[in-house]
Amino acid sequence: MNFDHETTKLDFVKHRNKFFIFSGGLLLLGIILLATIGLNLGIDFRSGTTIDVLTEESATAEEIRSEFESIGLVPDDITLAGDQNEIGRAAFIGALNQEETLEIQRHFEEVYGNTPTVSTVTPIVGEELARNAIISVLIASIGIIIYVTIRFEFLYGISAIVALFHDALFILVVFSILQVEVNIPFIAAVLTIVGYSINDTIVTFDRIRENIKYEKRIKGFDDVARVVNKSLVQTLARSINTVLTVVFAAGALFIFGGEALRAFSLALVIGLVAGTYSSLFIAAQLWLVLKSKQLEKRKNRPVPNEA
Amino acid sequence: MKKKRGVRKGLIFSFFVIVAALGALIASNVLDHAEDISLGLDLQGGFEVLYEVHPIDGEQEITRDLLTDTVASLNARINVLGVSEPNVRIEGEDRIRVQLAGVSDQQTARELLSTQARLSFRDTDDNVMLDGSDLVEGGARQSFSETNQPIVTVTVRDANLFGDVTREIKDRPDNRLAIWLDWEEGDNFYDEIIKEDSKIVSAPTVHEVLPYRDIMITGNFTIESAQQLAGILNAGALPVELEEIYSNSVGASLGERAMEQAIFAGFIGIALIFAYMLFYYRFMGMIAVITLTAYIYIVLVIFNWMNAVLTLPGIAALILGVGMAVDANIITYERIKDELRSGKSTMSAFRAGGRRSLSTILDANITTILAAAVLFYFGTSAVQGFAVMLIVSILTSFLTAVFGTRLLLGLWVNSRVLNGKPRMFGVKESEIGEL
Repeated sequence: MNFDHETTKLDFVKHRNKFFIFSGGLLLLGIILLATIGLNLGIDFRSGTTIDVLTEESATAEEIRSEFESIGLVPDDITLAGDQNEIGRAAFIGALNQEETLEIQRHFEEVYGNTPTVSTVTPIVGEELARNAIISVLIASIGIIIYVTIRFEFLYGISAIVALFHDALFILVVFSILQVEVNIPFIAAVLTIVGYSINDTIVTFDRIRENIKYEKRIKGFDDVARVVNKSLVQTLARSINTVLTVVFAAGALFIFGGEALRAFSLALVIGLVAGTYSSLFIAAQLWLVLKSKQLEKRKNRPVPNEA
Repeated sequence: MKKKRGVRKGLIFSFFVIVAALGALIASNVLDHAEDISLGLDLQGGFEVLYEVHPIDGEQEITRDLLTDTVASLNARINVLGVSEPNVRIEGEDRIRVQLAGVSDQQTARELLSTQARLSFRDTDDNVMLDGSDLVEGGARQSFSETNQPIVTVTVRDANLFGDVTREIKDRPDNRLAIWLDWEEGDNFYDEIIKEDSKIVSAPTVHEVLPYRDIMITGNFTIESAQQLAGILNAGALPVELEEIYSNSVGASLGERAMEQAIFAGFIGIALIFAYMLFYYRFMGMIAVITLTAYIYIVLVIFNWMNAVLTLPGIAALILGVGMAVDANIITYERIKDELRSGKSTMSAFRAGGRRSLSTILDANITTILAAAVLFYFGTSAVQGFAVMLIVSILTSFLTAVFGTRLLLGLWVNSRVLNGKPRMFGVKESEIGEL
């Protein structure tokens, strides 16, 4: 791949409104979905019931699951505990009613000769972790804006943060549409995307900043647009290669990493692609719009010396 | 025209020496390091409890200091259990989270953690005869009785103290001395003594005055449980009451095969990245493969050295770190290619490319580290673990991808072997413009 900005006819800037509309529409739809259907929250974020079943010897998750299914209940999660995996812990989202609880106790008493312990759990841990992650990302965003304002300028900072939230929201929306179950590892995936999004956006901005310096006069929209387009074409090979390599890593995890990591690696793959998309088509274009507005204002400002 | 100078073979020789040394180092101990990595609860299984802290009496106020003291005594107790990598943290205003990866006997662990370890000697009417303040700190130990039963021995400050207590008790109609663990207001001797899981460790009958400093507590001990009681008595009483509000005692939450599968997937992912880099960047791709290998190895070593626990969020951060290390390579190589295309010589393209890419990589990495630092400072548990791993990854990737690449590629470029061979960098002659 070679994208020479002199010869390549790629014009990112021309289509910016389509990208804004696409992303805006998707996010709007997503917010509606999030507000109505919401995310398919897993046991980490919902209160529920756990049932500890003591089996006679080591059990497998499948065995416990089929025992529950034989009485018409489907556990949301099963983990094994105990030295020989002799305890099966089944988790149900939501509270079980009296009848179900009795049925479970009777059934497992028959099968294993032990009465299972039933306890209710509250999603304190998951909720606090999610809240904590959100607050931390908000504070980090302020830090990023400050750093970028010092090293670049304020408008770059704003655009980078918009792209960052675009990407984080993007994954939430996709997960809301697909209704994939969301548990604590999902938070780690979103944080990873946030990190990648910043990294990717800054690399693109760095090239814009450099090219702006070479320009003799930046008067208005057309000049800025030319620089932005040139910078995007110049960094395109890098953007594609980088996203390809990280998608290799996340994709391998998605395909070969097993069932347990599937939701997590899916979030990574989607987020990484979204991160690259937003750097090219949202962050840079948004900066272009903000920057040309700023130039416009300066031009229109009455200058007393000129008459 | 520049005079064509000879090839400096010495530099190429040093390149191979460095690569061979690195290879030997990695081959010699990478497996040891990989095996030493402690896996977190999600990957290995273990036990997690979230406690809410309550004051022991009405006047006590839950302060940060009090919580810190509680964490310190919890840590001392976990040492009694012999768990490495305990993770005890204060959360919110009044919560403490204890994570013990790989603990098998969770019930004992739980009891050991939440008992307040307030030992008291009471008569059968529940009046205090002696309590913790009369005992020598750190004076508890496990020993054996005359009949070779495991017992716990505690030491009182003054021999007269125990002498006085036994003198008072021995002539009573019910001359038993109850030794309580965690007596609470409302507890009653006659109710408690018949319970199966009693708070009364033992209630020996006193027949004579015992003016000794060492008090032997005979209970229903095994050697292990006697050692543990002595251990927690020495670790000190908890300054607060702990109420368990959440506990998670699990086998690996991601399932037993999850780790093997994740490692397999990781190898495939890395192999794909290496193949792509070699295909796309040719000679420079080989340098990238070497520096990326070094990166993975160094992260592993630092991780072990920090005694950190690897969890799923840690793996996520590692993937991001690999991505950023590859990215730093790609940014540098693309720059060098740009410079080559603009007609510069190999050597000056290498220098200009390196210089210009550095500021890009620096800004991108600093911004991400800044975000990671904020996540670490304000985050809790999983968020913090992610942040630590990310910071380690970024610093290492910067080291290997910037300095490693410069060093290794520099040796080749400065040897002049690559002069006039842009194809080795993945640049076609037809793309090279006039300077």
